[in-house]
Amino acid sequence: MGDFLLIGGKKISNRFFLGTGKFASNELMRKAIEESKVEVVTVALRRVDGNGKNENILDFIPKHCIIMSNTSGARNSDEAVRIARIAKAAGMGNWVKIEVISDAKYLLPDNLETIKATEILAKEGFVVMPYFNPDLMDARRLRDAGAATVMPLGSPIGTNKGLKTKEIIQIIVNEINLPVVVDAGIGRPSQAVEAMELGCAAVLANTAVALAQDPVKTAVAFSLGVQAGRFAFVAGIAQEKNIAEASSPLTGFLQD
Amino acid sequence: MLIKLNGNKKEVADNITIESLLLQLGVKNNKAVFVEHNGKVLSEGEFGVVLGKNDIVEVISFVGGG
Repeated sequence: MGDFLLIGGKKISNRFFLGTGKFASNELMRKAIEESKVEVVTVALRRVDGNGKNENILDFIPKHCIIMSNTSGARNSDEAVRIARIAKAAGMGNWVKIEVISDAKYLLPDNLETIKATEILAKEGFVVMPYFNPDLMDARRLRDAGAATVMPLGSPIGTNKGLKTKEIIQIIVNEINLPVVVDAGIGRPSQAVEAMELGCAAVLANTAVALAQDPVKTAVAFSLGVQAGRFAFVAGIAQEKNIAEASSPLTGFLQD
Repeated sequence: MLIKLNGNKKEVADNITIESLLLQLGVKNNKAVFVEHNGKVLSEGEFGVVLGKNDIVEVISFVGGG
């Protein structure tokens, strides 16, 4: 096909990105990644405070995957920058999803702090993928700050409400010459298709997959949906019309 | 002596090593965590390092996240 997504110098053929949180087990997560042929996954960092840990999640992520560490838990740009630097020092590579959240109820990202962190980390050579509240001016600021992609939310994290921000995301797709990755709120494959039909470059989901009755099948369904939406976008979708237009000839058959 | 562990003050035995500290934290697999000691991320081979007074230690692991 040759329809690769290029981010940070890497060619990605599967435009469905998967978060690794909330899976019932690491083994289930691994199966979901493998069956859906996901290539980009996110992980988070946490302090270890007395809970014995036997498993290392990284052992369950297939070797072909690009791992993007997120800065979840950061409440401002300083914390996000520190988390990103620690992840890199721990051998995680230089892909980072900036996630700065100070609002505990709706978990909406703080765009101002996200832009600050993007600027600092991009200068340090990180491939910066900022998660933000969709806004055209902020998307421009993120681009100018050196972001590799912009990642607008479809709806608040974990709500599975889909593309509530569709109009703004379409504007960002039209105006920002960077891959637009819809991140957060995508609850079902049809919503992923919708995002891709708009011209988004990729879709990232986590909760919708991890909490489905069968996460492995759901990951495959998302992967196929993202591919279908991408094909439709590339093919050029026929325009909507307000007046009916027959798809079969209406004249000259069984008429006097 | 006092050290700063994961952002909080903690009383530990003098001359404690990172390895012993991890045991105290209940870490069963040293490969599942990484340790930042005074701003420097240590390799697993360096977990024998002896801590000093007021040292700053972060014990971190990668976990699932979206």
